[in-house]
Amino acid sequence: MLNKDLYLNENIFENPTLEATRDGYGKALLQLGEENPNIVVLTADLAESTRVDGFEKKFPDRFFDCGVAEQNMAAIAAGLGVSGKTAYISSYAVFSPGKNWETLRTTVVYNHSNVKIAGHHSGIMTGPDGPTHQATEDIAITRCWPKMKVIVPADSIEAYKATYNSSKSEDPYYIRFTRDKTPIITTSETPYDEGKIQTFWISNNPQVTIAATGYMLYYALIAALNLQKDGIETEVLNVSSIKPLDQDTILKSVSRTNAIITIEDHQVDGGMGSAISEMLSRTRPTLQEFIGLQNTFAESGDTKDLIEKYGLSAKSIQEKTLNLIKRKNG
Amino acid sequence: MIEQIDSTKIKILNEKANKIRELIIEMLLTAGSGHSAGSLGMADIFTAFYFHILNQDPKNPNMKDRDRLILSNGHICPVRYAAMALRGYFDISELQTLRKINSRLQGHPHRTSLPGVETSSGPLGEGLSQGIGIALAAKIDKARYQVYVIASDGEHQEGNIWEAAMFAGKMKLNNLTLVIDRNNIQIDGFTEDIMPLEPMIDKYKSFNWHVIEVDGHNIESFINAINEAKSIFEKPTVIIAHTIPGKGVDFMEKDYLWHGSPPNKEQAKEALQELRTLGNKIISEHQ
Repeated sequence: MLNKDLYLNENIFENPTLEATRDGYGKALLQLGEENPNIVVLTADLAESTRVDGFEKKFPDRFFDCGVAEQNMAAIAAGLGVSGKTAYISSYAVFSPGKNWETLRTTVVYNHSNVKIAGHHSGIMTGPDGPTHQATEDIAITRCWPKMKVIVPADSIEAYKATYNSSKSEDPYYIRFTRDKTPIITTSETPYDEGKIQTFWISNNPQVTIAATGYMLYYALIAALNLQKDGIETEVLNVSSIKPLDQDTILKSVSRTNAIITIEDHQVDGGMGSAISEMLSRTRPTLQEFIGLQNTFAESGDTKDLIEKYGLSAKSIQEKTLNLIKRKNG
Repeated sequence: MIEQIDSTKIKILNEKANKIRELIIEMLLTAGSGHSAGSLGMADIFTAFYFHILNQDPKNPNMKDRDRLILSNGHICPVRYAAMALRGYFDISELQTLRKINSRLQGHPHRTSLPGVETSSGPLGEGLSQGIGIALAAKIDKARYQVYVIASDGEHQEGNIWEAAMFAGKMKLNNLTLVIDRNNIQIDGFTEDIMPLEPMIDKYKSFNWHVIEVDGHNIESFINAINEAKSIFEKPTVIIAHTIPGKGVDFMEKDYLWHGSPPNKEQAKEALQELRTLGNKIISEHQ
């Protein structure tokens, strides 16, 4: 059942309200712009689709469109970030932190500049644009950076909170957003405690831990609901903070289940599942299944079809859960 | 405006530059690796910055309204470290720790390791953009500090530089001055053989910059160029400083093979002898 302590949206299975996580980002920036004169926003010719056009209109003196030049955007932000500003840079994740990776590594991360990298249009959810625009490696290339914060909000409300919260720290962040409207799972009352994993679905006797990141959390919850109807109890964790990783909550869960399945719209190599696997192999080696892109790029197509074809659907999660239980008991 | 200098001050600054060159040779010898040519070539300009131009306080390196000096081509950091030590940012003896374990003097500069270093640099083409960010912050804050960026000529082969040049031209960043170390060499050879950069003046003019050319070893001309840059209101300024790589050490001058190499013991001895006797013009007790 849904964890009542988290004040989640109770209608999610019947008639969920939809909003894109990028909209939560844009709203948070508007609020931050009002409250904090040191907030600056930069984009590389993607103001509208990364939802910073509202900030541009309201705070034109603190908004910089760098044109199609992601390296320049990154290093300009780095300069602002060492000069008392909190700089949010907005582009598609393929380009930032993809194309400008080394610039970010040197001028933002190694330089410890107060820059928040907003990677938009992540995952195969970017759909019809095809693999050139579907960022499916961005978690891997940011979580390897020392002391980096890597956050993947599960819905637009969490995206708002994650964006807003990141301004309180001077550390560099990577925050990952998606294009399509996705179900709003949380509410404004849902607590947000950065770096902590929350258990969204709880059971008396869970057999498998299901750990999901980003909008995939919704598919995980549907899978958990369907599995419950078949008498299989699970726990679903919202891994919105991939770095730092909340070791205690994961260990507490797998100490009950002895099996974990990880779900992400990202390559399985180097993603959230890898992060959990690395931690568990050091602490409590645990049977694990990885859902995500399996050593392949995706292709153009409707999001729904892609999720089906590349094995990220609720049905796929259910099948993998059953397999995992067999492995565990076999 | 920055104060004009007289012949007495010029003499003092030239002596400082020579001392910086000696320190560079000594630190590179101990380090056993590092970049000789560019470091020596920029000794006069770093002297001008640290001993005349910059509004900074070595005892308060994070002073709010300090002028910012950004070194984009981080590999010539020995000249920056030597100038900073001589100016009093840290003890000269610390120069001997360059590139060694547990040192604040990283092989390429690291901002959070050493107070007074404004950015981390080394990978080329990124300093101008960072300088732009700092200049934008100054505009937002209505602060009066100047932002100076030193970049190499070779790193103008990086696309990022031209992205930044376009942006600074668009924004008319008159609190930003770029100094290009035009020494004509890069690791693999002469710039015009590897990937021609000329005409650099026309390129910057067409990106809406004010362009000045100077002899990078004439401290007075350089200070005048900085003053001219400060008087330009409508545009950012680039000073193309023509320098001789390896300047001051005869066998290193204009030889691109010294771009990324340190002297060995014999070579260091010869170099120091030349520097300390000003090319056998004076007798030095250290020779």
